[in-house]
Amino acid sequence: MRNTFGEVLYGLAKDDPRVHIVVSDISPVGSMAKFREEFPERFINVGVAEQSMIGICAGLALKGMLPFAYTIATFALYRPYEMVRDDLGYQNLPVTVVGIGGGVIYSTLGGTHYAQEDIAIAGSIPNMSIIAPCDPVEATEATKWLVQRKTGGPVYFRFGKAGEPTLTGPDSDPWVFGKLRYLRKGTDVAVLSYGVITKMAGQVADALVADGKSVSLAVCHTMKPLDREGIADLLRRHAQVIVIEEHVPQGGLAPQTKQIAWDIRAECRLDTFTLKDEFVHCYGSHEDILAAHGLSPERILTAVRS
Amino acid sequence: MTAHPTALPGHNRFDVAESRRRCMRYRRRILDISQKVGALHIAPAFSCLEIVDACYHGLMRAAPAAGKSPDTFLMSKGHGCMAQYVVLEDIGVLPTSDLDAYCTADGILGAHPDYGNPGIEASTGSLGHGLSMAVGMAVAERNIAGKDGVPGAVYCVLSDGELQEGSTWEAILMGSTLGLTNLVAIVDNNDFQSLGRTSETHPSFYPVVEKLEAFGWESIEVNGHDAGAVYEAVAARKGDRPYFLVAKTVKGRGVSYMESVPIWHYRAPNPQEYRQAIDELREIAS
Repeated sequence: MRNTFGEVLYGLAKDDPRVHIVVSDISPVGSMAKFREEFPERFINVGVAEQSMIGICAGLALKGMLPFAYTIATFALYRPYEMVRDDLGYQNLPVTVVGIGGGVIYSTLGGTHYAQEDIAIAGSIPNMSIIAPCDPVEATEATKWLVQRKTGGPVYFRFGKAGEPTLTGPDSDPWVFGKLRYLRKGTDVAVLSYGVITKMAGQVADALVADGKSVSLAVCHTMKPLDREGIADLLRRHAQVIVIEEHVPQGGLAPQTKQIAWDIRAECRLDTFTLKDEFVHCYGSHEDILAAHGLSPERILTAVRS
Repeated sequence: MTAHPTALPGHNRFDVAESRRRCMRYRRRILDISQKVGALHIAPAFSCLEIVDACYHGLMRAAPAAGKSPDTFLMSKGHGCMAQYVVLEDIGVLPTSDLDAYCTADGILGAHPDYGNPGIEASTGSLGHGLSMAVGMAVAERNIAGKDGVPGAVYCVLSDGELQEGSTWEAILMGSTLGLTNLVAIVDNNDFQSLGRTSETHPSFYPVVEKLEAFGWESIEVNGHDAGAVYEAVAARKGDRPYFLVAKTVKGRGVSYMESVPIWHYRAPNPQEYRQAIDELREIAS
């Protein structure tokens, strides 16, 4: 996903002098290295100085540029939070804050590198939009949208790192900013997710199909503004809805889906699965850390089959 | 009347006697506003008034008809914005009706500058944000101008308290790393913060000029209430690296009972105090 972003950005940015990339001491992979070599005047490495990364992006945007701040999610959003809020949110500037490794994907690096509250934190800022692609196809479409937009405010762009599988199929809906997207459609159960953990949501959906159910798999790639109508429609059209997200219980997709369900007096069964409101002190694969939070296909299936 | 020649292309001639008359007028305007709305930072504005005057009336290139100056002013010490408002009003950018409605529900101006208001290029108020934004603006101006063009200059006024923010030093490091010759920072060095004199609370804060030079900036110290000295120093800069002027100032300058008295950071004078202040106003020679 990271490489896809670099390639797409390079392809569009080389002919658009507005695009500037501001990184915080992170090795530019693949096409981003090419951008750095060809357009050194539009590539800035601030070093280990994330507050200035955001402030410099704001200054560039105030002069009509389209900057991308790029580093690990915790350092892109948490360290310079007040700069993100005041410089980008308050001034409503078209800066994309790219957070690599959203959620607990840096599974061997520990809690300092887990962006497990990022949706709640970014989402609390007025004017801020949030995009979290689930696969390289969504990363491509979202990056195109981010570069080609003419106006708009700041965007927190949460994505994984490398090697995410393609989940988009031939029957999947096209990607549209702010719209819920069905990867596949069924009639009985809907599994709703976003971001890298959508892979697990797909496994849950597959198992339920094997149980004989007709299952929808939907992704909420735009976490803000949330497609309330799309979620309401999903809640109305399925007897059972399962939300799976890689985020703490507060401020993410699970509580917002419950709010919508209450508002529309939804009659479906609704189960939500999130990270715990905890820092886990263990290491291993991404799946190991998710399991430590209680998130695995087996546990989810046991709960939703009961 | 002393008129200074211009050292760098594009700067205006700067009439110091005119500047003194203007600054006296600006102080009176701010004191008048304080009698309508109590929510304002008088002393921080009086501290940087000559600096702001030298930027707008001397250093920044004149705006073409129906346009704005190719140079940018950014008030990083947002709480000093009253100094900027009165200058913007004077040069016709900010309507008097807006300043008359300062900090009222009918108006658009608050006690910190808001991006989008006339003449305000960035929102500030929290300290330590302005210089990074100024760095980004200076990069953009350089890229817009291209290799053969003359980039717009960015003038950023900081409080000395902002030099305690780590984010300011991040920006200082980047200003020189990026070789931003079109970036001028001016610190309003009044040596005061809420809990006392900086030289007493944080003695290692000084020396400042040497720190800035060590970070790759050209820097000197001048009397910040001598607008001519501010103008001359900046206009005569070498221009081969970013420039940081350390302007020695007195917080509350111009009104005896406000000078270097912390309570006047955010207090409006009562009618009696107001009359005394008005009586005391003089042209400040240096």
